[in-house]
Amino acid sequence: MWLINSSIGRKVVMAVTGIALVLFLTFHASMNVVALISAKGYNMICEFLGANWYAVAATIGLAGLVALHFIFAFILTIQNRKARGNSQYAVTNKPKKVEWASQNMLVLGIIVILGMGLHLFNFWYNMMFAELAETDGVALASNGVYHIVRTFHGGCPCEPTTGCGYAYTAIYLVWLCALWFHMNHGIWSSMQTMGWSGKIWLNRWQCISLIYTTVIILMFVVVAVAFCLGYVPCDFKEAMGECAKAAGSCCGGC
Amino acid sequence: MAKNISVTVKFWKQNGPKDKGHFDTHELKNIPDDTSFLEALDIMNEELINEGKEPFVFDHDCREGICGMCSLYINGTPHGKTERGATTCQLYMRKFKDGETIVVEPWRSAGFPVIKDCMVDRTAFDKIMQAGGYTSIRTGQAQDANSILISKEAADEAMDCATCIGCGACVAACKNGSAMLFVSSKVSQFALLPQGQVEGAKRAKAMIAKMDELGFGNCTNTRACEAVCPKCESISNIARLNREFICAKLKD
Ligand code: HEM
Ligand code: SF4
Ligand code: FES
Repeated sequence: MWLINSSIGRKVVMAVTGIALVLFLTFHASMNVVALISAKGYNMICEFLGANWYAVAATIGLAGLVALHFIFAFILTIQNRKARGNSQYAVTNKPKKVEWASQNMLVLGIIVILGMGLHLFNFWYNMMFAELAETDGVALASNGVYHIVRTFHGGCPCEPTTGCGYAYTAIYLVWLCALWFHMNHGIWSSMQTMGWSGKIWLNRWQCISLIYTTVIILMFVVVAVAFCLGYVPCDFKEAMGECAKAAGSCCGGC
Repeated sequence: MAKNISVTVKFWKQNGPKDKGHFDTHELKNIPDDTSFLEALDIMNEELINEGKEPFVFDHDCREGICGMCSLYINGTPHGKTERGATTCQLYMRKFKDGETIVVEPWRSAGFPVIKDCMVDRTAFDKIMQAGGYTSIRTGQAQDANSILISKEAADEAMDCATCIGCGACVAACKNGSAMLFVSSKVSQFALLPQGQVEGAKRAKAMIAKMDELGFGNCTNTRACEAVCPKCESISNIARLNREFICAKLKD
């Protein structure tokens, strides 16, 4: 199978899974900004993507993509280390044109996946899984805005941000920073890998990568920072509604 | 005005591929700065021989930037490149400062085992060429020069790709030990011309298979190769090779 046996085939797997992940992030970021505008709207999306067969199927598909991308990243890196050999240069002079990210994709990817672990615990485990497993407070479990506030602010939005809220927000920002570097190189690199590039399009793809990545990452950053600093959409109280009591002071804290 | 400079040369000594290797140093005094770098190494070797020491082994042939034999990693850059488009043999002592230490290393890559000191074995590139870097043309009556029309742009670009001299600097610079810039330049010099397109799919598959078999790495588009290539080959060649290869595989 050429996708596994040949160097270009392995790169195609990286590129296709990578681009699929970029599309997923685009979808995810667009949903997140809804939380800035309307708490009810955001909760509706969460409900829609809650414990449904299609949401579960998409989650499994996504996990498969990440697994493929991750496994191939290690295969490529191990082969490349071997091809490079054991003897190290005493002096190396990195040319200016070489992007730092391009030489550190594995490290950046590992930071991304560690962040993903934390993220899955904070949101997916507490929301979707809680709902699937029908643990206590189902209403609260599917209340997306509540989870955003709980994570980034730490407690009730009318009180100051907790240390925990700041800590989570800081970790998220570091994570997003790694993702920015990874995607900024990854997008144009995948076009090059697929052969959809050339002397003219290379510069265009690099420009597109930079703008696209920056917009997507900023969408994530704005949501995290705004909620950390105590921002809530105007219909927040309404959206919390019946479960406000269950949440104690409307948010459980961490 | 030419002036004389003195430099310290720190050069790599290694007895064969299994040896660990080490650096030796030699003081080069009063070298006219319009001496070429390889001439300075010749002077160094003469001095070493006169001192009863073993001379320093390095590759070279044409000394005019066309054969691709010279291959030194100088002060952290293949071919000691300070400007676009020069091989080691086209490097001059005026590029160095008086009193500077010049560090000379071999291409370090698993695909290029050291033969001795800074001379490395690059037959891997010959094997890749033998796998598909040719066109099969029946000889016979000479064809009319204009019987196959080729645009000026295509002819120029194919020529640019063909100027790759197979020096291996791209592999030496690559953190993945990837030979993609070389292979893509060689595939492109044919893929851009109608005579080469006939065997295009077969060529791309055969050359990539050989490249993989010989243990060169997977390209991750770092562009280090392009930055050091003495012939300014572009990674757009790599995109073309990827395209040729993927299309060939999809058609199978
Ligand atoms: C949502 C997260 C991720 C996105 C959007 C993403 C996206 C991409 C893209 C588009 C590429 C370019 C492929 C190419 O050059 O052809 C890439 C490459 C790469 N990714 Fe990811 N990736 C993600 C997560 C990860 C993770 C978790 C790892 C784990 C180790 C990882 C490791 C790598 C490596 C090593 C490469 C370089 C491969 C190469 O350039 O050949 N990525 N990624
Ligand atoms: S592509 Fe450039 S660096 Fe690589 S072998 Fe050809 S001439 Fe040398
Ligand atoms: S010796 Fe021929 S290119 Fe340098």
